[in-house]
Amino acid sequence: MSLYGADLLALLPELIVVLAACLVIVLDPITPASRRDLLAWLSVGALALCLGLTGWQINELNVRVSAFSDLVVVDAYARFWKILLYGVTGLTIFMSLPYLKAERVHLGEYYGFILLALSGMMVMVSGADLLTIYLGTELMSLSLYIMTGLNRAKPRSLEAAAKYFVLGAFSSGILLYGISLLYGMAGSTKLASVAGAIGTRGADDPLVLIATILIAVGFSFKLAAVPFHMWTPDVYQGAPTSVTAFMAVASKAASFAAFMRVFVEGLGGLKADWSVLFLLIAVVTLVLGNVVAIVQTNIKRMLAYSSIAHAGYALIGFVAAARGVGASGGTPGLASIMIYLAIYSFMTLGAFALIGMLRKGGVEGEEIEDFTGLAKRQPLAAFLMLLFMASLAGIPPTAGFIGKFYVFMAAVEAGLAWLAAIALIFAAVSAYYYMRVVMVMYMRDPDPSSVEQPRLVASPALSFVLACAVAGVILFGLYPNPLVSFALQSVLTFK
Amino acid sequence: MYFATESTARWIALAATLADLFVALPLWWLFDPQASQMQFTEHVAWITVPPIYYSLGLDGISLPLVLMTVGIMPLCVLASWNAITTRVRGFMAMLLVMETAMVGVFVALDFVLFYVFWEAMLIPMYLLIGVWGGANRLYAAIKFFLYTLVGSLLLLVAIFVLYFYGGHTFDILALSQGTYPASLQMWLFLAFFAAFAVKVPMFPFHTWLPDAHVEAPTAGSVILASILLKMGTYGFLRFSLPMLPDASRIFTPMMVVLSIIAIIYGAYMALAQVDLKKLIAYSSVSHMGFVTLGLFVMNQQGIEGAVLQMVNHGITTGGLFLCVGIIYERTHSRLIADNVGLASPMPQYAVLLVIFALSSLGLPGTNSFVGEFLVLVGTFLWSKVATALASLGIILAATYLLWMIQRVVFGVPSPHHLPKLRDLNQRELATLVPLALLVFLIGIFPNPLVSRMHQSVTNTIASMSRAKVAPTAPPSAGLTGPLLAVGGEQLKIQGALR
Repeated sequence: MSLYGADLLALLPELIVVLAACLVIVLDPITPASRRDLLAWLSVGALALCLGLTGWQINELNVRVSAFSDLVVVDAYARFWKILLYGVTGLTIFMSLPYLKAERVHLGEYYGFILLALSGMMVMVSGADLLTIYLGTELMSLSLYIMTGLNRAKPRSLEAAAKYFVLGAFSSGILLYGISLLYGMAGSTKLASVAGAIGTRGADDPLVLIATILIAVGFSFKLAAVPFHMWTPDVYQGAPTSVTAFMAVASKAASFAAFMRVFVEGLGGLKADWSVLFLLIAVVTLVLGNVVAIVQTNIKRMLAYSSIAHAGYALIGFVAAARGVGASGGTPGLASIMIYLAIYSFMTLGAFALIGMLRKGGVEGEEIEDFTGLAKRQPLAAFLMLLFMASLAGIPPTAGFIGKFYVFMAAVEAGLAWLAAIALIFAAVSAYYYMRVVMVMYMRDPDPSSVEQPRLVASPALSFVLACAVAGVILFGLYPNPLVSFALQSVLTFK
Repeated sequence: MYFATESTARWIALAATLADLFVALPLWWLFDPQASQMQFTEHVAWITVPPIYYSLGLDGISLPLVLMTVGIMPLCVLASWNAITTRVRGFMAMLLVMETAMVGVFVALDFVLFYVFWEAMLIPMYLLIGVWGGANRLYAAIKFFLYTLVGSLLLLVAIFVLYFYGGHTFDILALSQGTYPASLQMWLFLAFFAAFAVKVPMFPFHTWLPDAHVEAPTAGSVILASILLKMGTYGFLRFSLPMLPDASRIFTPMMVVLSIIAIIYGAYMALAQVDLKKLIAYSSVSHMGFVTLGLFVMNQQGIEGAVLQMVNHGITTGGLFLCVGIIYERTHSRLIADNVGLASPMPQYAVLLVIFALSSLGLPGTNSFVGEFLVLVGTFLWSKVATALASLGIILAATYLLWMIQRVVFGVPSPHHLPKLRDLNQRELATLVPLALLVFLIGIFPNPLVSRMHQSVTNTIASMSRAKVAPTAPPSAGLTGPLLAVGGEQLKIQGALR
């Protein structure tokens, strides 16, 4: 036992999250329905504990603790993502409290699954071994499948869960196949060994290339990058809104974190090959995401396509990192993705929190038309939505602009000014559909014949989530320094 | 936001804009016309990586524009006093956000800060048109929004490219000192052009303007015409000319031709309009053509005329839009046919409308005469043909404006309108009379204004003289040889002065 003491210590935050998840699931049957809020508070408490622990583990920047003979590492890079994930999970829990009650599916095990998904994500961002990362991915995905189908009364929710499960399992299989090929070549699944084997065998080994493509496909599913995005709109629309928010933000962030580590630390030797591949994927992703979003009438579906497009922007940062030259190398590109996804989290969580609690006679108003005339009924809610939409469109002085700023600056630095120009033209396209939400809120009057107008049902938990989201959108828009320097420092230990 | 009544919101907005005016007004006297560097600068670190500063300053080009902006805004608040009846608080808030962003654009000395201000006005303006606008406001609002956004985003890419070529800085003054390869300059020029030409708007990117002007509420139209359009020409003058001198010279023929097309086409379109706001909107296209023409002939007279004309157009067209707003409040129609013969029921109104119309057509003694004259002198040094064509615009301006005056002021009144019409009240006089006074003040004593911009224009021309590309020969070089020699002498003298 003492042999593993240091290893277990390194993994303590993950262990706490898993234990808290088990505790929630065990306590659930003996908790009366009226007191299920306590389970949410228990989960939030575990998150707060982990936040402190993670901060304590990596209090110096150059520390890189590896545990279980390099299966997992705890470094500043993992710390950045973990802190982001704690925040996102916490906000999701607060968002879920009123939402699940309104939807009458306030089940205790929901919080258990959120924590299990979180532990999977934490393993993903800390994994230094392909199999560890795969296990983390699966833990996250399995929990998300269940959460998607939580609302058993809604056929759409079940359909989404089934679809997500089948396609997700399929993509995991592809990922695993790629990993097995690499294992066959390197004799190990550790990222460092894979990198070493690629170094000795050379980059044009067809086996390596096939494995790289398979792994790229597997991750593209998780990132919802075109052409592996097909599941996203249906799943985002069908899943309970709080789960959609969690998927759109946390699972995307964790997938990007693992994806970046695998491709930079493990497959960095093939940079020249996969940077072309991801360049194509990035362009197709943001073009398709933005163009198809225009014709959506359901706001959750629209945000699904918008999240596809945002993955495209983040991938541009990744291509910039791969093509990065000079002393700074790939640092600006990688840091730009971290900044982008952190900012994306705030605005997306805020938007979904609003959508979930915009209710019309007990039913969620998820059509864009349901926002008609909101500015007259609830000016504050409409103004918050305006801020989230402007931020998603990347209009200064909101934080969304800062996110795009760093991604495109990295792209221009890497000599990809033309790519930045194309991407920005499609940012203007995206402004069209984001502004349409603003338009129906502010410039249309509600249909007088309909008896009941959707209203935002306020509650302390929702107000807290919205306040955090809007604070992020405004503060990082006006003063991004803390976030930027945090991201830049976190990427230093990571090459 | 929930504690203020609508009337309080109006008073707060008026107090804020007036306070701005009184804070800014002393700058006119404190400004040192001899100084060649930026004045009243502020320089505070904003973002560490990459180095971005909250950096502000004024020179002779931005000073008149800032004063014009803070001067126009109280008038916009007053003009909206009774015209805006729904969601007054939001409206006034948007006006104030706009003022912040517009003043910011004219004083920013950091390219990113400039861009933030430049883009920050998109949403308030979108809401001003879309929420408080006319019947077709949704279309006009999104059209305005998308046109300007596409242009601005290309500008952002150009800013990044300049950053990496210009020594890793966003400082506008430092970037203006750098030299960039001519081929790169051409790309950057086109990206700048996308942002600024849409805003001016230059032909053929002007199509958003008539829609936006017609649908916007009066204050929105005034802000658009008087201030927003100037941001485009200010951008050309502050960025394109000094940073990209080679590309500016290479693209001079294109810019001149587009300017002349805008002058003549805008005037012809104005001639055909039956809607007063559309008429003035197209006349703006025509008048802004003079500004871009003056900028791109790139001599002292041309540029000074252009800056002067930017201010003049702000005053005159602002006045004209306010006039249209006032008559719309009474007759609820902007059509010329519905507003015929106002001279007898509204004599004060008629006098002011005639003053602004005469100023707009460039009557000697009014402000626009000085500006247009300088622009034409500058153009004459570059090309006689261009001057002749541009002068055509003035003749056409006289035609459409006098014809409009003939009908609106002196036409035979339609009987069913007349009993309702009352002349201007105190508030309306307060919005129009200051502008009318400025029309004559600048028209008769332009020198205080021109002398304040002189040094800064000289600086701009000096930084353009770094260009390695020779000045583009005008299309009729043979005819204008002697005149060019005069122009060349002047350039030499300016060089020696420097």
